[in-house]
Amino acid sequence: MATIEWRLATVAQIREETPRVRTFVLDLPDWAGHLPGQHVDVRLTAEDGYQAQRSYSIASEPHSDAPRSAQIELGVERVEDGEVSPFMHDVLMAGDRLEVRGPIGGYFVWDGMAPDPVLLVAGGSGIVPLMAMVRHRSATGTRAPVTLVYSSRTRDDVIYHDELAGLAAHADGPRVIHTLTRSQPPGWTGFDRRIDRQMLEGALDGTAVSTQAFVCGPTPLVESVAEALVGLGFAPGRVRTERFGPSGG
Amino acid sequence: MTTTYQPDIEDLTLDANAVGGLLIEIFGTDMTAVLSQCAHCGNRGEVATLRAYVHAPGTVLRCGVCAQVVMRIMRTADGHYLVDARGAAYFRV
Repeated sequence: MATIEWRLATVAQIREETPRVRTFVLDLPDWAGHLPGQHVDVRLTAEDGYQAQRSYSIASEPHSDAPRSAQIELGVERVEDGEVSPFMHDVLMAGDRLEVRGPIGGYFVWDGMAPDPVLLVAGGSGIVPLMAMVRHRSATGTRAPVTLVYSSRTRDDVIYHDELAGLAAHADGPRVIHTLTRSQPPGWTGFDRRIDRQMLEGALDGTAVSTQAFVCGPTPLVESVAEALVGLGFAPGRVRTERFGPSGG
Repeated sequence: MTTTYQPDIEDLTLDANAVGGLLIEIFGTDMTAVLSQCAHCGNRGEVATLRAYVHAPGTVLRCGVCAQVVMRIMRTADGHYLVDARGAAYFRV
């Protein structure tokens, strides 16, 4: 009765986003489409039959005009002792095929239909599912106000930096607030500390009551941000979280 | 200022969202947005808000509030899944 089938995807393109994160563009026949925030499971099978499986978030926005086949983009961070991500980073090449199933997830999704303000909070590669939301907003022209608060270790670790800067430069684009927690380049004008209540309060600019929040990152970030948002007046149901760990490897 | 997240046991924790594919395989529908109630503390929330532990053999889902076990999933040698959900008072499907 399995209603979720493994299918073969073909790697169309691999892009380096940062020293540790790559985008894998996959061609998927018979792809039913996805919602921003969803993920896929990726399965590798060794010659002796051993299988390893991980979940990776979809970074691309849905394509409503391509119902029978599509490309999706996965953002994959290389986990040094991982089983799947080192293979994807070091071995996989354009033209290779791998097993994928999905899209998966009905909770950590944003369809862009509601006009309510949206607060996105990302730590590290937790930006990936939130990027699908940012891109979806841009592609559909949805005018729900979107603010992204994004924590990275260093400037070189900021994924999608130039694209985010381009989107934020538009008058009706998302507001993007960066913080670099480990080191900052000369002349850095963003924040230089972990995301805290004061930073979130400034980002919200008094709109907490109607705002829907999506928080994705390592567990300590997710928990401290969720706690801070509830302290700022969010109903717990308005704060949706997704933990991202090395277990993503 | 330099702060980094130290890897520890918390970093091994995922949300049940991460096992959404496994849950579709077992239940035939998306379970991450399904409301459930913890049989231990009575907390109600979407299945996605449960904590998922996937490093041990099998998969364990724990309540995000009281940390008690809500569901255990084991795969048998003959390809069946054994699902022990006695930690859930209900699922609203």
